[in-house]
Amino acid sequence: MELICPAGTPAALKTAMDAGADAIYCGFNDETNARNFPGLNFSRDELRRAVASAHARGVKVLVAINTFPRASAVDLWQRAVDDAVKAGADALILADVGLLDYAARTHPEQRLHLSVQAAAANPDAIAFYVETFGVRRVVLPRVLSLPEIADIVREIKCETEVFVFGGLCVMEEGRCSLSSYATGKSPNMQGVCSPASHVAYEHGADGTRSRLGGFTINSFAADEPAGYPTLCKGRFSTEHGTGYIFEDPVSLDATTLLGGLRDAGVTALKIEGRQRGRAYVESVVRHFRRALDALAAGQSADVGQLTPFTEGQVTTVGAYRKTWR
Amino acid sequence: MRQSFSDTSDSLPTIPPLLARAITPLPLLPLEIALAGFLQRICRRNPQVFDRLGPHAGKRFGIRPTDLPLAFVVEASPRRPRLSVVRELPPDVDASIASPLFNLLALLEGRLDGDALMFSRQLVIEGDVEAVLALRNAIDDVQLDLTTEASSLFGPLAEPVRRVLAAARASVLPDTRPAEEVRSWS
Repeated sequence: MELICPAGTPAALKTAMDAGADAIYCGFNDETNARNFPGLNFSRDELRRAVASAHARGVKVLVAINTFPRASAVDLWQRAVDDAVKAGADALILADVGLLDYAARTHPEQRLHLSVQAAAANPDAIAFYVETFGVRRVVLPRVLSLPEIADIVREIKCETEVFVFGGLCVMEEGRCSLSSYATGKSPNMQGVCSPASHVAYEHGADGTRSRLGGFTINSFAADEPAGYPTLCKGRFSTEHGTGYIFEDPVSLDATTLLGGLRDAGVTALKIEGRQRGRAYVESVVRHFRRALDALAAGQSADVGQLTPFTEGQVTTVGAYRKTWR
Repeated sequence: MRQSFSDTSDSLPTIPPLLARAITPLPLLPLEIALAGFLQRICRRNPQVFDRLGPHAGKRFGIRPTDLPLAFVVEASPRRPRLSVVRELPPDVDASIASPLFNLLALLEGRLDGDALMFSRQLVIEGDVEAVLALRNAIDDVQLDLTTEASSLFGPLAEPVRRVLAAARASVLPDTRPAEEVRSWS
């Protein structure tokens, strides 16, 4: 299985290569990618250089252009497609059907992957993208159990990529409006979930309050682990009590399921976290490189824990092993 | 110079309170002159940091090592980056970042993950969170090696000084890469 690793900067890309990435995904420094955070991402020149250095080491570069174009600015997204192709990207990761159509018609030789943002979670939906746009790989939404993934792989005619580590969304990938509700900006359109420009932390004697767009979304005691300041990980008081009504602040870690994912026929494993620093990239990529090498050799590997890098300092296997209804 | 990293954000050592108290009466000006020169040199050598800072270049960042009786105000202006050393952060900084000294140094070198420190409550941010994020990402891309930067001020003694500083750093933040790689990287 290929190990697909995140890079928010050229330095992170180099770090991922050093740590054992088979392929690296990244995006342009604008709203065309779903990690449009300040100080992050690649200029056109940086991408060209990154692709050249990756190819020199036999590493692939996948370019995420996975937000949904605004009606009045479709050319921005189309230019991103053209420039990524020109830079030598090994694949484009797209979500919008209009953009998929543009890429398939304009660059028929370019390998296309379907972003998780497209939320294609069943064989019929995936077949549509494969037959219509020639999509070669689908990144499966984080809503599927291991047996469901195996069923899908058997029925479709393209490769599959699944997340094995990092942040989890509330299973509304590509459709979530929580950030938009609170801030007017969303990962789907502007590429930012809970943008930092709308985040405030208030520190007091009783701990820290996180606020998003004027809403208080959580309060942490001084020694209590924290998560990202997103509405989906907010803790709210309702008539049923106070707690995490959408999702606990936890991170996905599917290290223990790698054998099952291989047996299910999955092609590639993806690490979330283009917004994270080099220390995260180094440690998480190296962890999964070791685990995959051990798996390939038929050995068990003591690859250690990644808990310090996780939201709330807690991990989960998410929907892969569903224990809820 | 290749970087090494830690795969844990468990707490790093902090400055002993007795040592921190001993520092308190010392004048701040010599430290300010040295660090301001150091900052300007780093900015000259890594002008791309201002591209990543974008509209946040020129903002005033307050940096407070929580285990020291002093703090720093950094103005990351492309024309003239400034640094001042203060006893207490002024209220008019755009954003402040607080954590024990070794955490801050490890963050500067990209050896610790900022989000992980936030999750474990070892890093406190106030004010303009977007500016802090831009600063973090800009610095992370620079791949600073403070031992190399600092030792280069020592002319012909640069290499031995770098080794001493690197050894001191390793005693605080152990290298967790496989032994064979550590050897091949040195």
